[in-house]
Amino acid sequence: MSRIAQAFSCAREQNRAAFVAYLCAGDPDFNTSLAACRALLENGVDVLELGVPFSDPLADGLTNQLAAQRALEGGMTAARVFEFVKKIREFSDVPVVFYTYYNLVFSNGIEAYVKAAKAAGVDGMLVLDLPPEEGAEFSAAARAQGIDSVCIVAPTTPDARIAKIAAVATGFIYYVSREGVTGVRDQVAVGIPEAVARIRVHTQLPIAVGFGIGTRAQVAEVAAQADGVVVGSALVNIIKENLAARETIAPALAAKAADLVAGTRR
Amino acid sequence: MTATPSPAVAAEPIDRFSLPDAGGHFGRYGGVFVPETLMTALQDLGAVYEKARLDPAFQAELKNHLKEFAGRPTELYFAERLTRHCGGAKIYLKREDLLHTGAHKINNALGQALLALRMGKKRIIAETGAGQHGVATAAVCAKFGLECVVYMGAVDMERQSLNVFRMRLMGAEVRAVTSGQKTLKDAVNEAMRDWVTNVRSTHYILGSALGSHPYPMMVRDFHRVIGQETKAQLLAREGRLPDEMIACVGGGSNAIGFFFDFLEDKSVRLVGVEAGGRGIKRGEHAARFEGGKLGILQGAKTYILQDPDGQIELTHSVSAGLDYAAIGPEHAYYRDRQRIDYAYACDDEVMETFQLVSRLEGIIPALESTHAFVHGLKRAKAMRSDEILVINLSGRGDKDVNQVAKILGVSL
Ligand SMILES: Cc1ncc(COP(=O)(O)O)c(C=O)c1O
Repeated sequence: MSRIAQAFSCAREQNRAAFVAYLCAGDPDFNTSLAACRALLENGVDVLELGVPFSDPLADGLTNQLAAQRALEGGMTAARVFEFVKKIREFSDVPVVFYTYYNLVFSNGIEAYVKAAKAAGVDGMLVLDLPPEEGAEFSAAARAQGIDSVCIVAPTTPDARIAKIAAVATGFIYYVSREGVTGVRDQVAVGIPEAVARIRVHTQLPIAVGFGIGTRAQVAEVAAQADGVVVGSALVNIIKENLAARETIAPALAAKAADLVAGTRR
Repeated sequence: MTATPSPAVAAEPIDRFSLPDAGGHFGRYGGVFVPETLMTALQDLGAVYEKARLDPAFQAELKNHLKEFAGRPTELYFAERLTRHCGGAKIYLKREDLLHTGAHKINNALGQALLALRMGKKRIIAETGAGQHGVATAAVCAKFGLECVVYMGAVDMERQSLNVFRMRLMGAEVRAVTSGQKTLKDAVNEAMRDWVTNVRSTHYILGSALGSHPYPMMVRDFHRVIGQETKAQLLAREGRLPDEMIACVGGGSNAIGFFFDFLEDKSVRLVGVEAGGRGIKRGEHAARFEGGKLGILQGAKTYILQDPDGQIELTHSVSAGLDYAAIGPEHAYYRDRQRIDYAYACDDEVMETFQLVSRLEGIIPALESTHAFVHGLKRAKAMRSDEILVINLSGRGDKDVNQVAKILGVSL
């Protein structure tokens, strides 16, 4: 069983949803970001979704765009992202999923990239702008390296496409609960149970739900409806709000993570 | 950084209608690389377009709007004084600058607006660089009573302020994009973000032969009329095909529309001209075939200016419409086939030629189109007087006069 599968099944046994937390690697700098990830991992995060900063994150809202910009300005590079995961592996074996854009994976050879990710300790990859129609080469490389290929299903995805996506996805399915880019919203989207049921027809993989979730109440609402809850922008916002005193970022994130994780209990 | 070497040239004859394939591929280029939320919208758009393409009623309606609203056909004009100045090939200009709103962009804006009406989408978004596509989109939205939001980089809004005002006069909302380097690429990102959010109500009128399938094919088809008219006009006038045709290449829409109906005419040399900016140094130009390599940006696999990690590189050109890091996938394909050649022109040559063409012909070309003239005049000089060269004058330079005055140190 992969580490990702284990994380979900372990949460299920404890009668809670898995908590998937997103941060952008290197935001705002390497060491602060590493401390931030550590704070999350020590406070009950089940899967760490690590954004690999890209110059043109077109699926992301302003919060994550600015995070990527800070990370790049803070000196994050392709090589340093792998180094970052290696550092995480020194203190944690929680599964790490890269949240990334295809050009970063493609530009120096897909196979080499996936191999380097595996060697660093990455468990899965979610390539935002790579639909299954174009994903054969990546899927093969990921499969060969034992890296899970996490796929997105959107509210606009018809059933026939869900089947196509489910056929290539491994690790878990990420249901983005609303049309739009990443970012915190006031209310949880409607129709999540129906969407999860539609996806469930085609797969036994865990289904995590994200986009717009930021409070414990929202986490609790979604935890009752899906196998996992993804929170991103709400965590990234804490980094943004504490940029003036970077040493306060990790403690603030620790508190937020503990609070949100409490919402995952069913 | 050097360009990725081209694969061996395929020996088979060109069949221009065989591409793209069903997945939107031109050989190894093109395709569909977008977030899942947009997949269904792109597939629906492809299906609606396929039906419209084969529907005589759609084509007749489009033709009528192109004639009555846009002012087609445009003239093929013999540039007598430029010809004499160069002392070589006869120079003809395809006068897309005479179209309503001032550039070829209206051909595509009209076509896509009709598709939006067919899909029942009442809200239109667009990106714009030079502002010409934004103005064309604003105009067709006003004409058809559609809501219009145009994304434009803050830097481009400054250098093309006249066009910002024109869009607003026609009822469009122009939203300044302040992310990234605040130019065309960033405007595309922002338009895609809007589309992901409002995909059910909104059609995205993409302004060049770029992005995911079906856009490169569809935009090309809407501009094919440029080459079709050119062919008929030149045959009527000279009784033969041209020896060479030259167009500027931003995303590549005016060029592919101009070239498409000549792709199988092997005797006709086709040349696209990219923006050399301040010279071929990292971050100083937008000549994708000079410093770019294969990658994926904003929906398509193509040549992209990027750093060794795959981060998209800054670009520069005096012309906002060519200032973009990726090139349309069909261009990359025909470059590999060695059917279309590519050159570049630098800012200073463009400034000089802009003034020369204005003075000699009484025509002020867009800075984008002027790139084609820079290369065209060099070529004309090298060609024989019994040879024929056609330059696509993709747009007029009225929008550029403020910026040119500023560069020349003239206060208006
Ligand atoms: C007059 C003119 N020509 C050319 C271009 C470049 O676009 P494309 O390469 O798609 O024709 C633009 C873009 O703004 C333009 O305004």
